[in-house]
Amino acid sequence: MNYVGIDIGSTAAKTIVFNGEKVIASFVMPTGWSSKETAVRIKGQLESLGFNVESADIKTIATGYGRISVEYADMVLTEITCHGKGGYHLFSQDGVIIDVGGQDTKVITIKHGTVSNFLMNDKCSAGTGKFIEIMANRLAVDIDELFSLAEGGTPIPISSMCTVFAESEIISHIGAGQPKTDLAAGIVQSVVSRVALLVERHDIKGICILTGGLSHNQYFRKQLGEKLRREIHTHDLGKYAGALGAALIAADKFKH
Amino acid sequence: MLNLPENFKSYSEARQEGFIRLKGLKESGKKVVGVFCSYTPTELILAADAVPVGLCGASEDPISYAEKTLPKNLCPLIKSSYGFAASDTCPYFYFSDLVVGETTCDGKKKMFEWMNEIKPTHVMQLPPGRTSGTALATWHSEMQRLKDVLSRTLQVEITDDDLRQAIHLKNRERKAILDFYDIGSLKPTPLSGYEINTLIDNNTFLFDTEEKIAILEKRTAELLEDYEKNFKGKPSRPRILITGCPTGGVREKIIRRIEELGANIVGFENCSGPREQKDLVDENKDPLLALAEKYLRVNCSVMSPNPQRIEAMDEMIENYQVDGVIEVILQACHTFAIESSRIKKFVTEQKHLPYLCLETDYSQGDTGQIDTRISAFLEILA
Repeated sequence: MNYVGIDIGSTAAKTIVFNGEKVIASFVMPTGWSSKETAVRIKGQLESLGFNVESADIKTIATGYGRISVEYADMVLTEITCHGKGGYHLFSQDGVIIDVGGQDTKVITIKHGTVSNFLMNDKCSAGTGKFIEIMANRLAVDIDELFSLAEGGTPIPISSMCTVFAESEIISHIGAGQPKTDLAAGIVQSVVSRVALLVERHDIKGICILTGGLSHNQYFRKQLGEKLRREIHTHDLGKYAGALGAALIAADKFKH
Repeated sequence: MLNLPENFKSYSEARQEGFIRLKGLKESGKKVVGVFCSYTPTELILAADAVPVGLCGASEDPISYAEKTLPKNLCPLIKSSYGFAASDTCPYFYFSDLVVGETTCDGKKKMFEWMNEIKPTHVMQLPPGRTSGTALATWHSEMQRLKDVLSRTLQVEITDDDLRQAIHLKNRERKAILDFYDIGSLKPTPLSGYEINTLIDNNTFLFDTEEKIAILEKRTAELLEDYEKNFKGKPSRPRILITGCPTGGVREKIIRRIEELGANIVGFENCSGPREQKDLVDENKDPLLALAEKYLRVNCSVMSPNPQRIEAMDEMIENYQVDGVIEVILQACHTFAIESSRIKKFVTEQKHLPYLCLETDYSQGDTGQIDTRISAFLEILA
């Protein structure tokens, strides 16, 4: 029996295949404009790896913003539950999971191995991957370049709470001739502050785990750790935490 | 001859019937007083031989109209209430001879100044708390002031006997409402939270208190029978207590969705619940003083401090055998928003139950996110 976890986020779609003991396949693809098409592409990719999701010996759970588009899924669950399960599995310790997503940033408290509480950013996209993407576009760099520029800069404070206003703020700084490195550092700091604020609204007991798209970014991790004054743990499979959680829950639910 | 508003045909049947009934009452010479809040002592209105009518304020439609005058970043309930009045799309407002408001928040009290330009609006000045030595005296004198305004505007004399009768009638109505709410404490509940919210709301379209009492008593008896026959001994879905701001304007987006996604709302610790009904007016005291004492006990977050709300919540969590608490905060409702941290602390640390706060407005813009939050919360309870 194999268990497939599919996490279709607003930016990237992550897939994990778990055989009941270990992860035997994983891949990521851009979500694109249609999560329905993405779900079909994932199905094709799984078939090319030898996994037929329609067969009786594969159980699939879909999560993330595009979860309802995965018509062949046996079950859908929210990304909160799946990230909680996946994040906990990576470290086997209670604590707080911070998932900086494309559209939503989530802070999930894990107590006795399960989700006990969670917070999400409000309607506004400040403090999410979307914010970084928009600001990188404004500086005419890609996201990785934005982070390397930031490392060499002195942050210019960005005070606007809302992405659109923050963009205007950046434009006025650009107009005033501020160096790109300082702007990049200011943008990263702004995201770090927003995420930290959400985390601090939780009563942190145990370890802090960073998952999601930014979990591989050492600079972001370090900045967030300094802001929260604690160590931030990451994992090679951090980006896959939601998909992993979905696959693990599938194994729990459908095991005979 | 009174005219119905131009867009009358677009109103739902229940509300249309209410309008027609009210039009009939007006034509028979009855006076109508529009009200918004559970602090309004409707006994005084009844004693003045007038009909108290809950005014419109639970729809997104007139909000853009209100924003011509009011700031955008304001509570949707206030904007909707004013928008209905200013755009002349609430027949209940239209038929009102007088509107009564209270200073339950800064947004409302300043909005009432604008409303007063459309229709005479009397605002009762609430004391900001119950603990100061003058709170009861202030509120007592506000009762007297409302009595004078009603007598003058409606040209009636309100005797103590009228008032005692009205108090007795309202107390009977409160008992009937409480018995109806009590159905929610049965496990599993035979009554949906959506129905609790809707029935209580629909009752504001009725203008005969005896009729209201009869409808409530009949429904309560039916539900009890339904429980014995079809529900008793069956498994229960997760049981949710709703708290926070009034939920009339987010009934579809939040109340209905919680139940569609797999839980039962068993009680409301907000204005749609027993907050105002749970204690009666003392029938053995001077009526105005008894009214002042009773309405000062309403546990709205506008009162500072407000530990009674926590006590009420404690009692409801136990009585209704609650599994989780969802707090609904309307955008820019400062007193409830600030109090929510205390509610969260109480629910999670003292009652050891999961708590979720949903901050929203009347728009549909956050429907997807609200669904995700509710689903994730119910997955915790599963």
